Amino acid sequence: MPLKLLAIGLVAGLFSTLFGVGGGIVVVPLLIIALGFESKRATGTSLAAIGITALAGTILYAFEGHVDVAHAALVGLPAAAGAVIGTGVQQRLSGRALMLAFAGLVAALAVWLLLS
Amino acid sequence: MSAGTIVFALLLGFSAGLLAGFFGVGGGILFVPTLVALGLSQIEAEATSLLAILPTVAAGTWRQRRYGNVDRRAALTLGLASIVGAVAGVQIATTLPEDTLRRLFGVLLLGVAGQLAWRARRAAPYPSES
Repeated sequence: MPLKLLAIGLVAGLFSTLFGVGGGIVVVPLLIIALGFESKRATGTSLAAIGITALAGTILYAFEGHVDVAHAALVGLPAAAGAVIGTGVQQRLSGRALMLAFAGLVAALAVWLLLS
Repeated sequence: MSAGTIVFALLLGFSAGLLAGFFGVGGGILFVPTLVALGLSQIEAEATSLLAILPTVAAGTWRQRRYGNVDRRAALTLGLASIVGAVAGVQIATTLPEDTLRRLFGVLLLGVAGQLAWRARRAAPYPSES
């Protein structure tokens, strides 16, 4: 298990700084499929790991002078409020309902990509 | 920055946070295009997205811990291993031309959409739940 975790973390870190994302898109499914995590536990654990990844990425990019603090606050602070509501709602949804919500996100992303 | 732009940024930020809470992601998938729309370059958007992710995951993790959904040892192992990958990612991202990086991000979005579609189509979402 530790080796698999290390490998997942390594890939997640690369994804994170290459694309400016947390890496949860990689970590959540891998924790579930490779390590048998239940989906809510995978979600929670991934969020905590992303904290470390994003902090490292921010520091690394700050040295390169690419971090815009004002813009980060503009989108990041309302996002924090959204995250609190999002996790609250998640606790009242079943695993299956969570998957349906995933499907909705797919459709939204597809439409968005086609229009942009 | 106009008032409309600020409202747009605030709304998209809030939406990204909701998604982060639902799916255990930091919201970066939405932060990056939002920041590009606000006028940042692709590399600035990606770097700034990582900082914007921090308050989101802090809030999300605080909530998840209350629900007992965080495996702290696994999270720490994942996080520390990710730093090595993160160093490599920064090297690659700062070396690549701007438009290549943006196209790669577009491919990532398509991959994410495909992955979600594939998972949603399966009768039993995950082996652990079947």
